[in-house]
Amino acid sequence: MRLSRRMTQKLAFGLIWTSGAVAVLVLVFLIGYVVVRGAPEISFEFLTTPPRGGLGGEGGISSCIVSTLWIIVTTMVLLTPLGLGAAIYMAEYAPDNRLIAFVRYSVELLAGVPSIVFALFGYAVFVLALTLHFSILSGALTLVCLLLPYLTRTAEEAMRSVPRAQREAALALGATKWQVVTRVVVPAAMPGIITGIILCVGRTVSESAPLFVTMGGSSQMPDGLLSPGRTLAVHVFYLAMETNALEKALATGAVLVVLILVTNLLTNWISTRLQARMMGAT
Amino acid sequence: MALANPPSILFVSVVGGPSMSRYFIDRWSSRVVLAFGITSFVVLVFIAGFIIRESMPALQEVGIFRILFGTEWYPRYDKYGILTMVVGSVLVTIVSLGIAVPLSLGAAVLLAEVAPENVRRIVRPAIELLVGIPSVVFGLVGMVWLAPLIADLGGKGSGSSVLAASIVLAVMVLPTITSISEDSIRALPRTYKEGALALGATHWQTIWRVLVPSAKRGIMAGAILGTGRAIGETMAMVMVIGNSPIFPSGLLSPARTLTGNIAVEIAAAVGTHQSVLYVTGLVLFVLVMIINSASVLAYKRKVD
Amino acid sequence: MDPKITVRDVDFFYGTVQALKKVSIDLREHQITALIGPSGCGKSTFLRSLNRMNDTIYGAKLVGDVLLDGRNVYGDGVDVVELRQRVGMVFQQPNPFPKTIYENVVFGPRVLGEADSGKLDHIAETSLKAAGLWDEVKDDLRKSGLALSGGQQQRLCIARALAVEPEVILMDEPCSALDPLSTLKIEELMQELKKDYTIVIVTHNMQQAARASEWTGFFLMGELIEYGVTGEIFSRPEDKRTEDYITGRFG
Repeated sequence: MRLSRRMTQKLAFGLIWTSGAVAVLVLVFLIGYVVVRGAPEISFEFLTTPPRGGLGGEGGISSCIVSTLWIIVTTMVLLTPLGLGAAIYMAEYAPDNRLIAFVRYSVELLAGVPSIVFALFGYAVFVLALTLHFSILSGALTLVCLLLPYLTRTAEEAMRSVPRAQREAALALGATKWQVVTRVVVPAAMPGIITGIILCVGRTVSESAPLFVTMGGSSQMPDGLLSPGRTLAVHVFYLAMETNALEKALATGAVLVVLILVTNLLTNWISTRLQARMMGAT
Repeated sequence: MALANPPSILFVSVVGGPSMSRYFIDRWSSRVVLAFGITSFVVLVFIAGFIIRESMPALQEVGIFRILFGTEWYPRYDKYGILTMVVGSVLVTIVSLGIAVPLSLGAAVLLAEVAPENVRRIVRPAIELLVGIPSVVFGLVGMVWLAPLIADLGGKGSGSSVLAASIVLAVMVLPTITSISEDSIRALPRTYKEGALALGATHWQTIWRVLVPSAKRGIMAGAILGTGRAIGETMAMVMVIGNSPIFPSGLLSPARTLTGNIAVEIAAAVGTHQSVLYVTGLVLFVLVMIINSASVLAYKRKVD
Repeated sequence: MDPKITVRDVDFFYGTVQALKKVSIDLREHQITALIGPSGCGKSTFLRSLNRMNDTIYGAKLVGDVLLDGRNVYGDGVDVVELRQRVGMVFQQPNPFPKTIYENVVFGPRVLGEADSGKLDHIAETSLKAAGLWDEVKDDLRKSGLALSGGQQQRLCIARALAVEPEVILMDEPCSALDPLSTLKIEELMQELKKDYTIVIVTHNMQQAARASEWTGFFLMGELIEYGVTGEIFSRPEDKRTEDYITGRFG
């Protein structure tokens, strides 16, 4: 018995809508579950005392919050100039030959390397070879390697989307190439570049494997770049695997999720504001 | 109107004045920027180099075949076979893709063709938000909610199993495959759809028989990218797969992935043991390189 | 008096494709020279050769002499950046930067090294006045350049080009993207500007060439077919091809 074409379409569309619903539901459930079950644990005390360890997972997450902030700042300070510089080269200076195609290919490859491999690399190079030991600096340097291809690609795309006419206009006025890049192309590409930077901050907060291996896992308050530490994401892992304080793990997860949500919203807001300002809708 | 630099009569750069410094900056900036440009390449080379270097002891003492095809993982007794973990990784990846690909395709078609704009405006950001959620959160919910559920429904012990890991992984790669597939479908020329509709095909027929096949390469590229990410996932896997270095006997059996092996053992591993973990990393590196090369090739051919 | 720009036997290639063949022409100071011809005849390529904008195109090559005040702009040791300050350009599509009106106009002086804000303010006002835009924007120079109408944007681009004090202004079909009223304004502007600058304009619009210029050159398939006083070209063209184009038989 052949279903009529309309029936087939109704059926198919039903399945399609279901898939979409599943995707949305998963997100809502995930965030909802973590926030609902974790929120009760979140208190002023939770946020301001460090973890005290033990099977019951005593204490809070203050040192983790501070470690996370340290990691974000250190990583971004090192990553941003590197990523922007590389993007400027790829977008504006690199010739169109096979060597550059090869370099581009290697950037794509680097972007696909699993984070645990970066963790191993960071362990061998920063923790051991450069004798930085388990520290925030080791973690940040590892993350810089991990995020570099991503920021480079995002910033490069943003610059490439600046119309050729803009560059020609600046050249025709007697600007040098560097002036064209820094005064016309980069400012025009700012919304895209800033979005890329903020997304890298989001990934820094979310990453766990590389930091798990290179930062040491100490739950004490860090007091310098060479202190070991534990970010929020890594702390969730420790709580889940080494204690039975699952509520606290969920609470930490809730804090993380809120941070990510805020980052996402910030990205959208800043990028739309910047675009509007450039296009003249002051 | 007097400018700081009145145009010179000679064309050759005149010495002195601010005019000199901007040419200086221009010349040097192109060199500095070149150094920055090859950084990614340099990092890649370093990573490959260090991983290989650290793997050498194990490769020499134990040998790649005994590592890759050995079925027993007992570091304390010098047994370094990672085959169980290769199987674990592969199995979890295959099952998770089996769940994720149909769902992603459905969601992609929904967003590209079926959903009205106001629905799209909710669903697409929701999917993109999913990308940013930390993997430990996925793992945690898997551990705290999904695994017990599976245990209740017939799983062993805590419910940590291949199935739990596959479901978690499927949810994690869903947004990637969905967004790439959606973009591929949207990028198709309007004439494909209009041509089919003009012949009297229903919307669904147009989608299924014309649009999706035409976007096949892009969708495949998305799936391949998702595969790469699935194989590379670490922390969430450690949290829900049970971490037993055994051959999984079924979906409900625990197992261990290559990535999880590294994460769980690196802290306490020394000597040969540590070196074998680097070999594991090397295997992962090579695997992902192959997968991503396939993806790049698929994409390139699509453009032709 | 010597012409401002002298072009002798110029061949131009995009890779292996020859776009200009043995072009020789004089561009006279304080006069408007119009270059006309059908699409793809090489007039834009020729214009862009004068300020070496074609250097940015991969595979572009010029053989021959282009002399500005007697010196070859393609010679050894020539500073291209400075050339472009002396020979300015206005493009077909208005292309203001996504910056404020003020920042657009003072961009040139800034990159040339001028930092004194008083001087920059003065330059901005003078240039905008010279471009005939001052009265329309003087109340809000902080508005984005992109918020102006097409005709205003083009005049902003002209003001921007004037701010670097060029000697020659090249205009590549500056009015083709504009409405008739804006076009008229710009044509009036050109008559004012020629008192201080040398103007070369590429145009599709023969009426514009006929009424606005003193000299006209007719390009066809990369060759300069005929060149002379505008009145003569349009009433008594020497070459049949020129006559055919002017009377509308092709193009």
